Amino acid sequence: MFGIEAVQIVFYLFSTIMLGAALGVITSRNPVYSALFLVLAFFSAAGLWILLEVEFLGIILVVVYVGAVMVLFLFVVMMLNINVLPMKEGFTRYLPVGIGVALVMAGELLLVLWARGRFGAGQFPIPAAREAGYSNTQAVGEWMFTHFLLPFEVAGIILLVAIVAAIALTQRRRTDQKVQNPSRQVRVKRDERVRLVKMKSEAPATGDRK
Amino acid sequence: MLTLAHYLTLGAILLCISVAGIFINRKNVLILLMCIELTLLAVNMNFVAFSRFLDNLDGQVFVFFILTVAAAEAAIGLAILVVLYRNRRTINVEELDELKG
Repeated sequence: MFGIEAVQIVFYLFSTIMLGAALGVITSRNPVYSALFLVLAFFSAAGLWILLEVEFLGIILVVVYVGAVMVLFLFVVMMLNINVLPMKEGFTRYLPVGIGVALVMAGELLLVLWARGRFGAGQFPIPAAREAGYSNTQAVGEWMFTHFLLPFEVAGIILLVAIVAAIALTQRRRTDQKVQNPSRQVRVKRDERVRLVKMKSEAPATGDRK
Repeated sequence: MLTLAHYLTLGAILLCISVAGIFINRKNVLILLMCIELTLLAVNMNFVAFSRFLDNLDGQVFVFFILTVAAAEAAIGLAILVVLYRNRRTINVEELDELKG
């Protein structure tokens, strides 16, 4: 059985790692490091979600986000081969504005969150730990396939559209290749293939035959 | 003890960091896309925390859909980025001003 202190230690450890990684994403000089810091942030967030006993989404975050989306990011980062230095010019120029806006936003949000204990233990009591046989995956699955069946199908269609769009966008049409165009082959008219030329019949030259 | 406010504070700070990142990295579209992913992570954190503290599974299902849409958005965004780089040889935001009047 976890004591309440152990849970707090894990929470603050993962939170610190996640926020540090987020800072690394926005400040690192090399986009490859940014992508790797983002992977670290996602891992820490997955740990926090599992701490909240939301196990299914924690695993999904690691499998789908770290395993698929971030690998896609890394592919693109390494494919584009951007030179690092010119991309960072203007960093110091926008830094004060960025920090100012972030601090103002953080102040406002924290004011709303902590004023008068709106979201404290009085309004939202700490949930009890789940019993041993509880399966978060099963609960989410039953809820999703009964109450959210139509949105689930729509999500599938969105993924299909994304696949088609990504492939159609990045398809390269090369000009030095010899390919058939079936549409043009079917649409061809008789006049484009056969040309009838009217010619006068000529008498054979008399000098050739001897 | 960890109240709901702890988790919401974490999401709020993450959101502020990602907004600051959008301000700072005005040059690189790639890092802007990563900042959008961070924003979505902050939102998901709030959804998960509320779902657990209200004992309501709707929030978790919604996070699932957000993850789906974010994956589709990343795929299409990166495809557009690749085409952009192939045509213009740059992903600098300030050089992409063809539509400017």
